[in-house]
Amino acid sequence: MADRLLEHTKTIGARDMMNQVLDDMDLEREKGITIKSHAIQINYPYKGEEYILNLIDTPGHVDFSYEVSRALAACEGALLLVDASQGIQAQTISNLYLAIDNDLEIIPVINKIDMDGAMIPEVTDQIVELIGCKADDIILASGKSGIGIEDILQAIIERIPAPKGNEDAPLQALVFDSVFNSFRGIIVYYRIFNGIIRKGDKIQFIATGAEYEAQEVGVLKLTMTSKSEVKAGDVGYVITGIKTAKDIKVGDTITLASKPGKMIHGFEEVKPMVFAGIFPVNTDEFEELRDCMEKLQLNDASLTFELETSQALGFGFRCGFLGLLHMEIIQERLEREFNQTVITTVPNVSFIAYTSKGDRIDVNNPTEMPDPTKLDRIEEPFIKAQIITLPEYIGNIMTLCLGKRGILINQSYLTPTRVELVFEMPLTEIVFDFYDKLKSSTRGYASFDYAPIGYREADIVKMDILLNGDKVDALSALIHRSRAQDFGRRLCEKLKELLPKQQFQIAIQAAIGAKVIARETISAMRKDVTAKCYGGDISRKRKLLEKQKEGKKRMRQIGNVEVPQEAFLAVLKLD
Amino acid sequence: MPEMVQAIIKEAELQKAYLNEVVETIYLGGGTPSLIMIDDLQLIIASLKSIFEVEDDAEITLEANPDDITEEKLIAWKSIGINRLSIGIQSFADEDLIWMNRAHNASHALFCLQLATKYFDNISIDLIYGTPTLSDDEWKKNITTALAFNIPHLSCYALTVEPKTALDKLIIQHKKENIDADKQAKHFEILMQYLDTANYEHYEISNFAKPDYRSKHNSSYWKGLPYLGLGPSAHSFNGTSRQWNIANNALYIKSIDRNIVPSETEILTPTQQLNEYIMIRLRTKEGIDFNNKRWMMTDDSIKKIILTLAKKWEAQNKILITEDFLRLTDKGKFFADGIAADLFQ
Repeated sequence: MADRLLEHTKTIGARDMMNQVLDDMDLEREKGITIKSHAIQINYPYKGEEYILNLIDTPGHVDFSYEVSRALAACEGALLLVDASQGIQAQTISNLYLAIDNDLEIIPVINKIDMDGAMIPEVTDQIVELIGCKADDIILASGKSGIGIEDILQAIIERIPAPKGNEDAPLQALVFDSVFNSFRGIIVYYRIFNGIIRKGDKIQFIATGAEYEAQEVGVLKLTMTSKSEVKAGDVGYVITGIKTAKDIKVGDTITLASKPGKMIHGFEEVKPMVFAGIFPVNTDEFEELRDCMEKLQLNDASLTFELETSQALGFGFRCGFLGLLHMEIIQERLEREFNQTVITTVPNVSFIAYTSKGDRIDVNNPTEMPDPTKLDRIEEPFIKAQIITLPEYIGNIMTLCLGKRGILINQSYLTPTRVELVFEMPLTEIVFDFYDKLKSSTRGYASFDYAPIGYREADIVKMDILLNGDKVDALSALIHRSRAQDFGRRLCEKLKELLPKQQFQIAIQAAIGAKVIARETISAMRKDVTAKCYGGDISRKRKLLEKQKEGKKRMRQIGNVEVPQEAFLAVLKLD
Repeated sequence: MPEMVQAIIKEAELQKAYLNEVVETIYLGGGTPSLIMIDDLQLIIASLKSIFEVEDDAEITLEANPDDITEEKLIAWKSIGINRLSIGIQSFADEDLIWMNRAHNASHALFCLQLATKYFDNISIDLIYGTPTLSDDEWKKNITTALAFNIPHLSCYALTVEPKTALDKLIIQHKKENIDADKQAKHFEILMQYLDTANYEHYEISNFAKPDYRSKHNSSYWKGLPYLGLGPSAHSFNGTSRQWNIANNALYIKSIDRNIVPSETEILTPTQQLNEYIMIRLRTKEGIDFNNKRWMMTDDSIKKIILTLAKKWEAQNKILITEDFLRLTDKGKFFADGIAADLFQ
């Protein structure tokens, strides 16, 4: 849809046009999703006047909801796009509420109306029900064929109020995103609410206190267009040569050091929800990985990491992510953009442990878990999970969520064919295989969104994996006691699949403390020899064995057992 | 004359310069040369003899399927100079042959061996073990049947499931039982026992011969001697580089027609050559020869590296090391691949 708006307004010439033109990461195009926000300025003549519209395209996924909320805070209005064949999704609702919280004018649009399976009347009902608009207010559109694009542009001008704001007041600009450019440093994107930012101004970031000179300011066309000043109401960028990511926080306010304004409401630090270790496959590539992580963080300030050491994997990083998708994206970006092959360890949420002495310990890593004898209690993060589905799948979803220690809070019909279920659930239960299970038990007809609702006491234990009696620290997991046995059994089975047979028998055990709760055995290898080795076989065979030797070099030694890197990913591969 | 026969003869002409030495062995194999008309076979052999310098008593082997073997053909093959047969018997058990999807049955296997031994003395048969349908006792019976025919050369292979083959797919779909590595190990053990008792030389992992009946042709692969392969998919080796023809029959014929041998070449680095030497020699009775000047360098540096890498296997009694050689023990023969990979440079 963003593509069509840009094309229709000739913001982008046909020559530069491609699908998902704003999503400049390969990963975004490939997955068909937006990972980072993108802003672009559109000029549009309407009834004899020239209008300037600033469009911000945001991610839709729950992991990035803070970023979305800041982008929404930077706007006057929002297009609520609902897919004609999918109808209202869980994230539609949460993003809609964010928009309403920010007092935005909402323009509902039903998109993809020319697709097979488009249910225009039904989706119209859903939208009317949800936002209380009139059916006439809803624009029917298709990004594919360009239907409704003109209507959308006109509605933006007619319905959304022009930005207010006082150019003479102290500068207040809301930071909604930043990107890293290796030549120019961090480029900050903002929306000015009051005041003017000029080239050469000494600017200040209110929350971090950092002060810089505005080396270049400008607006965002398809590429950055430098200006001498950017005024209240505009969306723009500033280049300051900043090279430290921690100075720039999405949600912060930029002001002038000489004439400071106030913080724009609602800045908060984004907290990572999921933690996992990231280790280089080859131990000697640690320094290189550190370098890449630092570069990646410049581009993605929501990524946090600190040094972690593992007996099994050597030096690496304990990383904090906004969610599982974010974790997956970081891992893929490390591989694609930085050419790093990494091992990611068992993800866990952040628990709070209270010792009998009354100390509070944040546990982001199984190794940080205090000894059970010194423990008073543990608390785990809870979420409010919102699932929208078809009525026939209510039963399956109930079974799934209750099995994940969920508590049903509400069930309501949005329309006769769309039902919303609200559960309170432990966050840790959705970390592993919730999405896939939800999809398969509803044939894909369910959307899911969540928001954290605080911590609750829980019986969390540390489960270890042992190979021939030696603990594999990288496979330890923090898990609810009721799930430990099943999880341990499945993990042992998976490891049995992933560990190659060796010259001796291998015992795989899952244990809580000294108590073994699951066990598998890999018998010793009896035979490792190819049948034929004639003229046509030699080359292929040599290559195979060379690869095998190379693979062995990458294996990690746990006691006497050689462990291939895939085994460390076992947890992520559980069915 | 079929186009393929014509193309193969023409390729021999195009590749004349590849071989500088006298040809000691010719092997007509890879697929079903026993299906080729006798006149065409004769023409191929005659052409090779005119293009290359072929020794008078060269070993000329023909690979034959049991169901192609008739008395008439045997007589004809012998008359055109073929002096060794390699017959794909695979098994003497019907259930086993059906499982392997072979065209012949057990009684035909016996029948064709009876015929073949009447006209040929130098015969090799292939036997396959470790299939789900072959019990330990049936495997013993397969071996003793071969011994009863006094077959002087046996190639015995553990059934291997190659990825992406039809068999692999059936196993993944649980339509066929998967192979059992433990059973294969057991069968290999039985095989070594029986053939040792019957005085066969275990001269390569999968090959056993009565004295003087080693395959000269295959032995040259294992000695690293140069060879020229003709026809689609055929591999050639000149000591430092290997080349292989494309597999597609039609494209092969078309290209040869334009005087181009459609092949890919791989030049082996000295390390790759050494690794191949280690891999291949480890499979042979003679093992790695520390006195081989080509590989061991004058200062014994390669020998030293190999000895360091070999220590753990020696400790497990899987290899035998002397001043002159490194060989697999019978116990080590079960692990030839892993040991070779470990000794790679």
